Amino acid sequence: MNNITTLSYEKPRFFTPGVWVITLLASVGLLSLLVRFIFGLGAVTNLDNQYPWGIWIAVDVACGVALAAGGFMTALIAHIVHGKGYKSVIRPALLTATLGYTFVALGVLTDLGRYYNMWHILLPKYWSPNSALFEVGMCVASYLTVLYIEFLPIVVDRFKGRVNLPGMLKTFNGFFERFLKILDVSLKKVMTIFIILGVVLSCMHQSSLGTLMVLASVKVHPLWQTPILPLLFLLSAFVVGFAMVIFESLIASKSFNLKPEVKVLSRLSRFIPILLLIYLTAKLIDMVTRETYVYLFTASLDSIMYWIEIIIGIAIPFTILMFEKYRNNQTWLFTAAASVIFGVVLNRINVYLIGFTPLYVDKPYFPAWTEIAVTVGFISLIILLYRFFALNFPVIEDMEN
Amino acid sequence: MGIERREFLKTLAIASGTLAGVSSLKASDKAKLNPDRFGVLSDLTYCIGCRKCEWACNEANDLPNQPLDSFSDTSVFEQMRRPTSEKYTVVNSYADKGLDGGALNVKVQCMHCENPPCVSACIVGALRKHPDGPVTYNASACIGCRYCIITCPFQIPTYEYEKVLTPQVRKCTLCLERTIENEQLPACVEVCPTEAIIFGHREELIDVAHERIKKNPDKYIDHVYGEHEVGGTSWMYLSNQPFNEIGFPELSDNSPAELTESIQHGIFKGFSGPIMLFSLLGIIMKVMKKEEENE
Ligand code: SF4
Ligand code: SF4
Repeated sequence: MNNITTLSYEKPRFFTPGVWVITLLASVGLLSLLVRFIFGLGAVTNLDNQYPWGIWIAVDVACGVALAAGGFMTALIAHIVHGKGYKSVIRPALLTATLGYTFVALGVLTDLGRYYNMWHILLPKYWSPNSALFEVGMCVASYLTVLYIEFLPIVVDRFKGRVNLPGMLKTFNGFFERFLKILDVSLKKVMTIFIILGVVLSCMHQSSLGTLMVLASVKVHPLWQTPILPLLFLLSAFVVGFAMVIFESLIASKSFNLKPEVKVLSRLSRFIPILLLIYLTAKLIDMVTRETYVYLFTASLDSIMYWIEIIIGIAIPFTILMFEKYRNNQTWLFTAAASVIFGVVLNRINVYLIGFTPLYVDKPYFPAWTEIAVTVGFISLIILLYRFFALNFPVIEDMEN
Repeated sequence: MGIERREFLKTLAIASGTLAGVSSLKASDKAKLNPDRFGVLSDLTYCIGCRKCEWACNEANDLPNQPLDSFSDTSVFEQMRRPTSEKYTVVNSYADKGLDGGALNVKVQCMHCENPPCVSACIVGALRKHPDGPVTYNASACIGCRYCIITCPFQIPTYEYEKVLTPQVRKCTLCLERTIENEQLPACVEVCPTEAIIFGHREELIDVAHERIKKNPDKYIDHVYGEHEVGGTSWMYLSNQPFNEIGFPELSDNSPAELTESIQHGIFKGFSGPIMLFSLLGIIMKVMKKEEENE
């Protein structure tokens, strides 16, 4: 952008060698996606009647929703509780959430056998309030809309006072300016409602993603199957929301050559140990109540995965972030955030895939390479789009002034 | 798990979506079922493993089929089979488990649960419990999420993964068209030469089953499988062997649908939970803003 000429800071170019690799991965993903839509689910997935859900649901959807929790967590802290000094992380978190949920929706669309019927969930005649999936679907659809509305001010900021259409279209410049001004003013008026709505919708579907697997009853391993799965999903979404904000902010500052915002992030990170403790307590009470500790030492894949989840996802980051000197250290902060994220991702995969045991299995599920390609491709696209928006829209404060 | 504990967990569960105080917990209204709804009783000790039911099912449902004589081939019994998208029912054989040391044959198909998890799961109501018993599927409503397959406690519904545009969920229909619309017997029941499967009103079949156990207590296991499993099923079994030894899952008497629906409704009844949360957040926001301005 040429209006920032007075600065010594120079925005990096869009393409770097790393970005080229990511672009390549995204292209392979898009090609696999094309094959899925031309030749059907059977051609690109290893899904079968024992494992009807694979990584597209477990990773793209279940993990995707959890990791996009940074959006509503920062909204909660910054806008609703009016915590001070968190302003700089709001827009990056919002961008991640918007991109994240967009791709959750695309992931669902890819996985649905009759994707063209997806709009049925909006038709009252098909409404099924008994279905947790219906609730998830409605909430994700509404929240996605809310996110786009919350994102609009960023777009308005970008073009306000700078509308400059080329050639023939010049005559419309004035019109668009006026339009943007009205949009700006009216958005400011109603934004409060959408911010609160976003938090409510998030709490609703983050937990319902847990309810979803409660209905799978005996098929989910007792280490994870519990009626309080919705509560556990909600609590872990809270934790991972903070972790994601820290994680992505540190990566962004590295890749855009900015000074890392350790101070803000360190303050944010104080919430993590508290939430981890609540999460762990709920998990333990549940374990004792249901007497599932008997499965802890069975040396099965399930018990190993459970332990990894607890140690890497909870114990390690909890310990690190208990100490102020580690919280103020960029490397430790990053390590703690990354391990929280790893833990929650593993938890979702455990609940949806590893802990999911069909009654009759003749072939265990392992994703086909095309399934992996689509998932990796979507993640790559998110990264590319994040980079594009961060470079061209007023998202990261330090890049603007 | 004791009742108290379950109640406790349920209460905790409800706290999850809302954190707001939702007090009442309402179990789902059970689907409206006719008192004289239909069912099938399968007496495994009568089954001779002729697999004629498989053939008749394929015929009745326009599934790919082979000549009837080819079904006397018993080599298929070497492996346990499951229903597929082209076969709504299969017979499995358990050697030495039958009476007098013979084989015990088990016909597998949709159980047509009384409170079916698959129906509770379906996001668009494509699966329905018919008041007369059958669990039906409406392909034109289906979005193909396959959540029904995830939740079926008997691992019954199958999917046409190889179809590009119009894949369907496939499973036994209890011959809805024949039985309810045309007062015929289900195709498998009609063809069975030994009356190992009988069709009738569910309540009467339960009486028949208990009667048989009472008359022959040495022959039968004292358990009518499906009378209570997951809240009861339309299809029920009698056996001379413990059911868990012949491929039947051990399930509780409650339908998983009851639990999830009470969680869902506890949180969302009249949108009370979300509305409370919304107001709570709104108030916090106002208060905090004031404080900020006062500073
Ligand atoms: S057996 Fe499975 S498919 Fe059949 S009604 Fe019960 S839950 Fe649905
Ligand atoms: S696959 Fe179809 S029938 Fe099954 S739950 Fe999804 S929409 Fe309903």
